[in-house]
Amino acid sequence: MWDYNPKVMEYFLHPKNAGEIENPDGVGEEGSLACGDALKLTFKLDKNGRIADAKFKTFGCASAIASASIMTEMIKGLTIEEAEKITNKDIVDKLGGLPEQKMHCSVMGMEALQAAIANYRRGKGQPQKKIEGKIVCTCFGVTDREIEKVIIENDLDTVEQVTNYCKAGGGCGSCRGEIERIIEKIRGKKAGKDETAAKPKKLTNLQKIQLIQRTISEQIRPLLKADGGDIDLIDVEGSKVIVAFRGMCSKCPTAEFTMKDVVEARLREFVSSDIVVEEQSE
Amino acid sequence: MKTIYFDNNATTRIANEVFEAMKPFLTDLYGNPSSMHTFGGQVEKYIRHSREQIARLLGCDSSEIIFTSGGTESDNAAIKGVLAALPEKRKIITTRVEHPAVLATCREMQAAGYKLIELGVDREGQISLDELGVEVDDDTAIVTIMYANNETGVIFPIEKIAEIVKAKGAVFHTDAVQAVGKIPLNLDKSNIDLLSLSGHKLHAPKGIGALYIKKGTRISPFIVGGHQEKNRRAGTENVAGIVALGKATELAEGTMEQENTKVKKLRDKLENAILKTCKGATLNGDKNNRLPNTCNISFEYIEGEAILLLLDQFGICASSGSACTSGSLEPSHVLRAMGVPFTAAHGSIRFSLSRYNTEEEVDFVIEKIPAIVNRLRELSPFVK
Repeated sequence: MWDYNPKVMEYFLHPKNAGEIENPDGVGEEGSLACGDALKLTFKLDKNGRIADAKFKTFGCASAIASASIMTEMIKGLTIEEAEKITNKDIVDKLGGLPEQKMHCSVMGMEALQAAIANYRRGKGQPQKKIEGKIVCTCFGVTDREIEKVIIENDLDTVEQVTNYCKAGGGCGSCRGEIERIIEKIRGKKAGKDETAAKPKKLTNLQKIQLIQRTISEQIRPLLKADGGDIDLIDVEGSKVIVAFRGMCSKCPTAEFTMKDVVEARLREFVSSDIVVEEQSE
Repeated sequence: MKTIYFDNNATTRIANEVFEAMKPFLTDLYGNPSSMHTFGGQVEKYIRHSREQIARLLGCDSSEIIFTSGGTESDNAAIKGVLAALPEKRKIITTRVEHPAVLATCREMQAAGYKLIELGVDREGQISLDELGVEVDDDTAIVTIMYANNETGVIFPIEKIAEIVKAKGAVFHTDAVQAVGKIPLNLDKSNIDLLSLSGHKLHAPKGIGALYIKKGTRISPFIVGGHQEKNRRAGTENVAGIVALGKATELAEGTMEQENTKVKKLRDKLENAILKTCKGATLNGDKNNRLPNTCNISFEYIEGEAILLLLDQFGICASSGSACTSGSLEPSHVLRAMGVPFTAAHGSIRFSLSRYNTEEEVDFVIEKIPAIVNRLRELSPFVK
């Protein structure tokens, strides 16, 4: 059982500002049904450009509801520029702390706020400051920029902590190595080993196929198996690798970032950077 | 506040008769049954008696029962013990919906080089017997499939499964911790080779379990040391636990009918009312082949932990397959294997009853739950 403090329980049991504002100035949505939590934030400004009202709707656990609720209280009366400075840590502090594994709930609050501000700016025709970057965690759709942000703002130094804060690495786990490297980069440590050195310079076709086989069975299959799926190598044509997904993987609902991307990233890392993965057509 | 305990698949209360039976072995009769003196040695006959009580419930010979520390140890001992005894065979077959005690053991053996087949299940949580028949081959050392699923209560056609496995010459193990005491067994007439059971799921204390090993089954000991349990499981006997388990199985013989009449009636009343009064509620699992005490319901667009905490405000105990309750970020592997949509898996609640529950308790839950569901639906951005 989670050890929620009385303040978190109070905001869960009697949430303030639950609901949705009609004709809002800003709307922000974060999370999804697949991830298990989601938040919709709406706010309205007064004539002086301060947030006059803010409301939330949350699909999620007690800490997700409490984080969203207290955040709506925190931003009332602030200008957009002031609200923009609120971090997940501010939300956690205001709640008097959250269990370590629940930190991602506060991050979802912050991200919904940023999304709502971006939405407001778009509506005003102002250039939006959106978080960019490339997707690192394909299971939960988390980018490298988002990971960097939680590491810096919360002073994190392990992959496990990053997972607790933004979920990255908490699904299939194939991106844990990449998260590790982001942590090392921020912590100013030099990457432990030179990965390119491990890669043979020029492979014969046979060596390449063997290496692909080995990478699939050692690196990729265990990840898929953990989720009740499997993968078969069908063929290799030059740098094109054709695979087939079995079991759960064949009907995985994380539509936008397919398992294909995960496989491709692994093979590029361990075999050759020009590899393209294709799914066998039915 | 009164506790309404609807989480009996997690653990059960110790029956008063069981507690009374074990008490002397925690106080006066503390001797070691292996000792030469009468004070210790006299304890041995109580262990023998317990073994006989268990054998009666399972329909087997008492020499086929060994005591363990619980279901998890029994599962580990069965799987690893068979693999160790049959080094020439390299294949293990199980299902995707097993309890972690089985699944993690199988995956550990896979990492050690064994070939592991995890059979998928259909929307109702059932495996395909044809697929099983195709997978079992000469290289298969052990097939391990649970008797009844702990999350959904779905019962597998274990006798048919055991027959298929037996015909191919592999060893068949079943984790029956949820089934023993609720489903009649007759192991003498069955093709089941190994069966795990756990004390605390049938009103005995935690820390005691048993493994049934059919005569003639090749298996190596999992825990070595002293000569206890005829060298099949070392360690000084948990005498109080063993006596308690014996008493609990004896009681179960008498109460099994109640499970399928009184308990089932309560479960059905609870289930039907929830499905009728709560918006977005759907039943998970094979409705017709289920444990009589278990009900697993998904509430669409709301999250399980929030439901549990609101139930907890009224003293109602249940459990959830939501990701948030496990701290793992992933919802129940059982519901996912069944293809239950994420929306519903995150909002799944399991109610599991026992013979100690009453109709008043069921009525109380029926009265409280619609408001809880509505309150969370009002907060949900997905409810339009």
